[in-house]
Amino acid sequence: MSAFSAIGEEEEIESEDFTPGTEPQPTWCPGCGDFGVLKALKQAMPEVGRSPEETLLVTGIGCSGKLSSYFESYGYHSIHGRSLPVARAAKLANPELEVIAAGGDGDGYGIGGNHFIHTARENHDMTYIVFNNEIFGLTKGQTSPTSPKGHKSKTQPHGSAKSPLRPLSLSLAAGSSYVARTAAVNPNQAKEIITEAIEHDGFAHVDFLTQCPTWNKDAKHYVPYTDVQDSDEYDFDVTDRREAGQMMYEVESKLYEGEVLTGRFYRDDPRPSYSEEKQAIGEMPDQPVAEQYFDEDHQWDRSYDELLDLHK
Amino acid sequence: MTENELIWRIAGGSGDGIDSTSQNFAKALMRAGLHVFTHRHYPSRIRGGHTFVEVRASASNVRSRGDGYNFLLALGDSFARNPSEGSVYGNEELKPLSENLDDLREGGIIVYDEGLIDEEAAAELNLEERAEENGWHLYPMNLREMAREHGREVMRNTAGVGVTAALLDIDVSYFEELIRANMPEDIAETNITILNEAYDAVSEQEFTHDLRVPTGDHENEQALLSGSNAIAYAALDEGCRFISGYPMTPWTDVFTIMSQHLPKFGGVSEQVEDEIAAAALALGASHAGAKAMSGSSGGGFSLMSEPLGLAEMTETPIVLLEAMRAGPSTGMPTKPEQADLEHVLYTSQGDSCRVVFAPSNIRECYDQTRKAFEIAYEYHLPAIVVYDQKLQGELRNVDADFFDREPNPDPGTVLTEDELAEAAHHESGKFERYQHDSEKGVSPRSIPGQKGGRFLASGNEHSPTGHISEDPANRVAQMNRRLQKLDSVRSELDAAEESHQTVHGPEDADYGLLTWGSQQDTVFEAVDRLNEQGHSVKAMGVGDLMPYPVAEVTDFLESVEECLVVEMNATAQFRGLTQKELGRFGPKLSSLLKYNGNPFEPRDIVEGFETSIDGGDLPDETMKYVPAAGD
Ligand SMILES: Cc1ncc(C[n+]2csc(CCOP(=O)(O)OP(=O)(O)O)c2C)c(N)n1
Ligand code: SF4
Ligand SMILES: [Mg+2]
Repeated sequence: MSAFSAIGEEEEIESEDFTPGTEPQPTWCPGCGDFGVLKALKQAMPEVGRSPEETLLVTGIGCSGKLSSYFESYGYHSIHGRSLPVARAAKLANPELEVIAAGGDGDGYGIGGNHFIHTARENHDMTYIVFNNEIFGLTKGQTSPTSPKGHKSKTQPHGSAKSPLRPLSLSLAAGSSYVARTAAVNPNQAKEIITEAIEHDGFAHVDFLTQCPTWNKDAKHYVPYTDVQDSDEYDFDVTDRREAGQMMYEVESKLYEGEVLTGRFYRDDPRPSYSEEKQAIGEMPDQPVAEQYFDEDHQWDRSYDELLDLHK
Repeated sequence: MTENELIWRIAGGSGDGIDSTSQNFAKALMRAGLHVFTHRHYPSRIRGGHTFVEVRASASNVRSRGDGYNFLLALGDSFARNPSEGSVYGNEELKPLSENLDDLREGGIIVYDEGLIDEEAAAELNLEERAEENGWHLYPMNLREMAREHGREVMRNTAGVGVTAALLDIDVSYFEELIRANMPEDIAETNITILNEAYDAVSEQEFTHDLRVPTGDHENEQALLSGSNAIAYAALDEGCRFISGYPMTPWTDVFTIMSQHLPKFGGVSEQVEDEIAAAALALGASHAGAKAMSGSSGGGFSLMSEPLGLAEMTETPIVLLEAMRAGPSTGMPTKPEQADLEHVLYTSQGDSCRVVFAPSNIRECYDQTRKAFEIAYEYHLPAIVVYDQKLQGELRNVDADFFDREPNPDPGTVLTEDELAEAAHHESGKFERYQHDSEKGVSPRSIPGQKGGRFLASGNEHSPTGHISEDPANRVAQMNRRLQKLDSVRSELDAAEESHQTVHGPEDADYGLLTWGSQQDTVFEAVDRLNEQGHSVKAMGVGDLMPYPVAEVTDFLESVEECLVVEMNATAQFRGLTQKELGRFGPKLSSLLKYNGNPFEPRDIVEGFETSIDGGDLPDETMKYVPAAGD
């Protein structure tokens, strides 16, 4: 029997299971888009059929990082920018866990940008949700990597001289095998996209537009929005890297012209996940590392038997 | 000069095969019944640059490099950049010979490769004259030609070993066996031909020297290992099945060994984008249930600072290695130093709550790394093993059955699902992972996937279930509990059968030497010499840096009149730590400091001790003596 019996247990899973019992109430500002992520994620979980105790949610630091406080599951509230390395290693140690990482645009595209690139490149079987409010929320509204050019803040009093980072294009170039954008103002799509992302076997990146009415835009800035899959105006093949790339470029540019385009932009389903790649070359055991310590029959090799002859 | 030992120095360029040749040489002598010890000196370059390795061999135990050496095999640098005289770097081709002469003992032997260092070059060095003055015995041999004739030029080192064997009367079959074991058949046979050709060629000459290799016998089967081997094997034996890292000298060695062996031990190794990630991955793996480690050297360890603090705060067990090299910044990448002590003890914001061990030799590398895992997982904190470029690379023979130990796959203070069902839960259903009052300060953990164990691990200060909390009473309770773990660790270490502090020399000695980490055994050799010379000295090597072994060091310092603290850094960091921890003894403690890129030799310590007693200046201007406070 597995030492981790929550994993794969047959049970009825409901959205409400992911609401913490008595504490704590979210401290996000009224109207904050972060509520939208929480709601979408809670609704997605019954769809994917994973329970709180087989789920590990790893977050960074920021208003967005508080997600792990308001979502009932195993949680790891890490440090600024480092949710991905923590999360992907947990997945390697126990591939049977459902691993989700989340954080802000500053957290994921700025300070943690290097981890974003490499985690995408490796195609770990996990989900990464970036709360993109185009601002540093928690530290009071400074310019972030996705703030538009010319954006004024206390630390950029003359407006940002930098063009914003293109998160979708970067994600594609880095190697994500599922890339989508959704918005807090579009809860139905958000739930569907989060569900798909979790179900996807590989690194699924969701750029989630979350309005920050306190320091940046309020909800009306993301309305109206267009779901590119529902629109006749956009016709592209999400499995075609070149077409996806072009579409992403357009979507990213349009956001700064006031047009909000959302939807799925790329998916590469046949691509093996990182664990599969590692297993194929004999660098990852069949039995999850985490299981080995609880398996009384596991045979523990010793350096004395395996390696010492090399030194005699 | 003591001639019951051989100190053989092989010198050449990086890329000349100095390392592998010296390893085989050391192993052959070990198999011949000798105790061996190697010391590596190399520049941060892949090809060329002056490199040497010393192999010290004796019938009795050797625990340190010696003073100087008595046999030089100068291969000549085949990758020399600019063999012209006027170049900034001087004549590099000649360096393996010219740079090594100062340390060669009187009466020593020189074998050099005439194929690269011709008569003219030798004349330039006044070699004949200097040999006469110092009683050196010169054996110029055309190693290059021998190698070329039967194989390829790179096999010069094999020819050099053949010459060495003949001059010292070592049975070549030891080398033949190793060559056969390590090389594909055709290459092995070529090398063996060269080995024997060289042996025979020199045997025809008349020998002017008396030095022969000492003879010995081992009671038990021996194994030749480096500090890196011992650390890696300890990790494997503790059930470590996850390592993440980013290459950096000298930590790369352990990372490489682990990466090569982990897959067949059923584990996972990850080379990642940077050291912040490396440490964070180890945390993630540990949180999910693996026994995990990471590590780095100087700059890379600096990047681990923030994840290290996260491990302290979330109480995620983790073992980190810090392989020190000379700093600050990139410093001298291939040179040893002990200047990262304070860095390792205090890096990351907030009050430190970690365990730090500094092993001094191969056996301690193994024992203390195992202990580091045991403690990290039992007490839920980061345990750091700090060592250095010297210890990671030096090879030494150890009784093979020293490693015949039981593995320890115990994941530490973790509850099973049955235990979780009985454990304290908040009314919301969350497991109370961080309870205020718990035995020894350790609140048992659960692992994701376990039923009934869900909690939040947070780098923010948190309540018993892990939720962010700034309540003053909770804050103080959590801080006190976390720090209480260090007291518990100290009690456990104090009660253990074997202490990480080692004392050497007569118990009633008047003077003390205090050191830490890799310098210990060199200090012990100096202690023996000082006592032979009529001084009354003993030494203590300290392995526990945090929590500090207050009682043991206090006893030691109370028992001596004065104490010289020996360490490889410029600001006497260990002396500072000792005074801070003990709050006294300032007027008793003086310092001997070396930070020129080379580890101490026993004679440095003998001279340093004499200076501390008699006053005056140190003979070596690149070392520093700092008198005791108030002196
Ligand atoms: C290493 C480090 N640098 C800076 C900070 C301060 N800090 C906390 S959150 C944050 C930015 C938050 O912006 P974002 O990641 O976009 O998250 P949001 O609050 O907008 O959700 C910063 C700079 C920190 N916690 N750690
Ligand atoms: S500051 Fe902005 S991002 Fe943060 S909680 Fe308030 S509205 Fe949301
Ligand atoms: Mg933000």
